[in-house]
Amino acid sequence: MAKVATVPTDERLATTGLARRLLTRPELGAAVGAAAVFTFFALYTEQFATSTGVANMLDPAATLGIMAVAVALLMIGGEFDLSAGVTTASSALIVGMLATELGLNVWAALGVAILFGACVGLLNGILVVRTGLPSFIVTLGTFLMLQGLNLGITKLVTGTVQVRGLKTADGYASAHAVFASTWKIGGGEYRVTILWWLLATAVATWVLLRTRAGNWIFAVGGNATAARTVGVPAARTKILLFVTVSVTASIVGAMLLLRLTSVQANAGIGEEFQYIIAAVIGGCLLTGGYGSAIGAAIGALIFGMAKQGIVFAGWDSDWFQLFLGLLLVLATLLNLYVRRRAEAKK
Amino acid sequence: MKVTRRLGVATVALATVALALTGCSGKNDAGGKTSDASGRKFAVITHGSAGDAFWDVVKKGAEQAGKDLGASVSYQGSGKADEQANLINSAIGDKVNGIVVSMANPDALAEPIKRAIAAGIPVITINSGQAKSAELGALAHVGQDESVAGEGAGRKLAGAGVKKVLCVVHEAGNIGLEQRCGGARTGLGGEVVNLQVSISNIAEAQNTIASKLQADKSIDGVLALNPAIGVAAVDAVTKAGSSAKVATFDLSADVIDAVSAGKILFAVDQQQYLQGYLPIVMLNLYATNANTVGGGKPVYTGPGFVTKENAATVKDLAGKGTR
Repeated sequence: MAKVATVPTDERLATTGLARRLLTRPELGAAVGAAAVFTFFALYTEQFATSTGVANMLDPAATLGIMAVAVALLMIGGEFDLSAGVTTASSALIVGMLATELGLNVWAALGVAILFGACVGLLNGILVVRTGLPSFIVTLGTFLMLQGLNLGITKLVTGTVQVRGLKTADGYASAHAVFASTWKIGGGEYRVTILWWLLATAVATWVLLRTRAGNWIFAVGGNATAARTVGVPAARTKILLFVTVSVTASIVGAMLLLRLTSVQANAGIGEEFQYIIAAVIGGCLLTGGYGSAIGAAIGALIFGMAKQGIVFAGWDSDWFQLFLGLLLVLATLLNLYVRRRAEAKK
Repeated sequence: MKVTRRLGVATVALATVALALTGCSGKNDAGGKTSDASGRKFAVITHGSAGDAFWDVVKKGAEQAGKDLGASVSYQGSGKADEQANLINSAIGDKVNGIVVSMANPDALAEPIKRAIAAGIPVITINSGQAKSAELGALAHVGQDESVAGEGAGRKLAGAGVKKVLCVVHEAGNIGLEQRCGGARTGLGGEVVNLQVSISNIAEAQNTIASKLQADKSIDGVLALNPAIGVAAVDAVTKAGSSAKVATFDLSADVIDAVSAGKILFAVDQQQYLQGYLPIVMLNLYATNANTVGGGKPVYTGPGFVTKENAATVKDLAGKGTR
């Protein structure tokens, strides 16, 4: 959380302006929710607020966060992508198989995986724009198709249900350094993924708030017909958003593979909802036209904190999902409550 | 403002529920963490998803060992390799006295396991990943050799006159299951066809098996690799009007009833209670007496066969969830 700089008393007007600007941001509620979850676990468990604890919670949050930011852009544009989760697995399988079976350099394999992701995004986007079918349905179809492809092709090529042995592939070392290396700070091992997460959030925020494309995204999500009549290229914007999500998923999939050096054919299933939930906690509306990338990143952080916090608290794992669900609903309610209060004050 | 107030009330209500729940699952609850008179704590981290009957028995075994030894045992499971890796990292952060890991995906867990060992935390692998256990520096492996068990099941099916077996794989990505089917192929000496279903949707799995049996009348044996699937396979055989004999890996009360009733030919028992119980005992012995068990070889918990003859003995225990 950025601290508001202390301002000399004779410039009180400036702070009021800043406070007002902060209060109207969609991510404010998420920030309050994140602070609440952090405080709760920091007080309740002894390991949570240590360097190790923070490293452990930032790790899953970062991977989820990169995806949540991309999904948030798409949701602000008024669409869903249920195929994002399995696309990460498809990409990891492609990189793994090309590198281990064909002996391709990891970087070249990554290029192929990104191309594949772009194709998936194009397919989703063009189908949604051309047919007018809800993206929920179109991407659900893509999700099921990819799930089958992942298992079928993996079995066909490797004879097993997982791809392994990436460590010996060409270019593994450099790709691992860029996408999966760790560094130690005070006992905790922090992953480079966290930096990618921050970068993705910064880029997405800049696009949303400072560029014409960002205005288009808000416009097509708010009211596509109205946006089209004033000259916004609605179809192109939506297709590009789908491509953004799928390409991001390809890169995230490769990150996971480089970290684990193996990937199962059934990976990534169910993750797509976590991306959407993280974006919603962060203030995105399911109906589009409203939301923020920073909010989605904070939403992912809440998710990561809850997951690790429950483990540290030693609560019975049988109830894990219940606690997770409760925490998420609480965080979202708090978010909504804070936002309503802020709007009432305006 | 009215909406805001209502929201506030809802939030408070939910928070109360959450707190009440944490209260009934507090730190000294028999479910989550066992009491720790000795001050030693062990973490069990498996690839079983919550609610899986097989892994629930492993969990019971581990927790009972904790109770018997006065050590604290926490059990966590996740079917996703990256989450499992995270849970191991959390256990390292928790500074536990030992970690028990099931390695369905050894490559993915290699890094955190090595990190645990480097941090001076002994690791014992269970259930899957036997081949990589010693290489990663684990203290021991407790489990069943999947190929050997599959071979035994294949031989037993061949003895019952079965020629063509449908091997039902319920967890894509688990090499151990593939090895069981491979072993069955060796033991049977006939044809084995693999069928992919999902453990999270038993009803659908049952339909898939029935359809397969209807499509291929020459299948005269079904080998399930999980007790819930085994029971589903019995119904699927009836539904398909097939006369295929059903055998299954692993036990549940329902499977034993079906074995007693002659609906299931036999069940391969890997006695997974031991996979929860023994590692805790071994880690405790290592902590208190620097003992190691197994001499660098896996400690086998199976395979044992439950047939019509011994089903009654096992039945009570299975009902209690320890077999």
